Amino acid sequence: MRALGALIQRDIRIALRVGGGALIGVLFFLTVVVLMPFAVGPDLKLLARLGPAILWLGALLSSLLTLDRLFMADHEDGSLDLIAMARTPLELACAAKALAHWLASGLPLIIATPVLGLLLNLDVPATSAVAMTLLAGTPALTFTGMIGAALAVTLHRGGLLLAVLVLPLSIPVLIFGVAASEAAITGPHSFGAPFAILCALSLVSLVVGPFAAAVSLRHGLD
Amino acid sequence: MTLTDLANPTKFLALTARVLPWLVGATILLFLIGLYQSATAPDDYQQGATVKIMFIHVPNAWLSMLVWAVMSAAALGTLVWRHPLADVAAKAAAPIGAAFTFLALLTGSLWGRPMWGTYWEWDARLTSVLILFLMYLGLMALWRAVEDPSRAARAAAVLTLVGAINLPIIKFSVDWWNTLHQPASVFRMGGPTLDHAFLIPLLVMALAFTLLFVTLHLAAMRNEILRRRVRSLQMMQASQKAA
Repeated sequence: MRALGALIQRDIRIALRVGGGALIGVLFFLTVVVLMPFAVGPDLKLLARLGPAILWLGALLSSLLTLDRLFMADHEDGSLDLIAMARTPLELACAAKALAHWLASGLPLIIATPVLGLLLNLDVPATSAVAMTLLAGTPALTFTGMIGAALAVTLHRGGLLLAVLVLPLSIPVLIFGVAASEAAITGPHSFGAPFAILCALSLVSLVVGPFAAAVSLRHGLD
Repeated sequence: MTLTDLANPTKFLALTARVLPWLVGATILLFLIGLYQSATAPDDYQQGATVKIMFIHVPNAWLSMLVWAVMSAAALGTLVWRHPLADVAAKAAAPIGAAFTFLALLTGSLWGRPMWGTYWEWDARLTSVLILFLMYLGLMALWRAVEDPSRAARAAAVLTLVGAINLPIIKFSVDWWNTLHQPASVFRMGGPTLDHAFLIPLLVMALAFTLLFVTLHLAAMRNEILRRRVRSLQMMQASQKAA
């Protein structure tokens, strides 16, 4: 237990310091959201209508970009081998790393959402709906992305392949996240149903992700 | 001839060399029968002759899912039982499955234009099959990304098993969501709702396409085994030259 806590603390500290995934992720999120009005046009009504989708896309792409550093840095300096050989089960170690990654890269995105909602002309109920769905959905993105990161860890130019592998698995999260946000904003359909499915996706990925990632790491490292 | 006997690549090559010509003959025969039956099937009262795209579209769609299921079984063979030919089977099946999925999407799109008025619709069935196609392509990319085939095999096995979750989603997508694609007409509780005049040609074509997959798969497995032998020989030659 203490080992896992130490692993989480270590990962968060590294992420916040060295070329941190935390700030770069938020910066990329901001960049994507800022680019959208240039592409779509400055019509505020249209931006408000597209708002949840733009925020979700930005969060998805940002989490995809920061997934690279989940295992890559540790693999390069050999700590991944040490973690794999330690007494703590590799599945729990993967779960701990993914949790730390979400705390360092996913949570800042959620915190940044209200500010970016202003840029997209979203009012407070809309922004809080999107933030809530992001809170429920970004763990799913991190934990399923971890599977792809574990598969691609031993490849040299694994970055693009990682995106290709992870995107099909992230599409359901995106669909239900946007559906829940739209339901909360415009509302004839229920918010609860897609939100519950979103939470279910996160919970399932919390279980399946570490196991699949541990199997991939074990086979990839030997 | 048990599964463990077939684990020996030489025995596998010998067996498939004997069996493959018969399989090719059976495939051609079934296709001739199926295509004749499809051509002589009656016109639908609503769709006219366009309904006959079904005899190509539906078997391709069924096979796109069957091939991923076969790859999942092979993935289990690799991860759980370390069967030597399981990863050969998985690698050989991926491009074939991708081709079937692409044909299913293509023929479905051509059928959709006259029937629905659109080449494409983002409903649950079409979207989940498109995701399956993307996963096939990602799997093929993963196979080619790692130099050593047996290490690539284990990574691909994990991805195949994780992607298998998509199969029940595709199958039940027309039940769970309100889709433009019609609900299940053959594999459903309560039996098929297709009239025999359409059901028989459809099943014959499905059998023909399945035999086509088996033939192509075995041929591709033979090629993959030979390819690996060539690679080993090249590596041996290179190390002898260095020595």
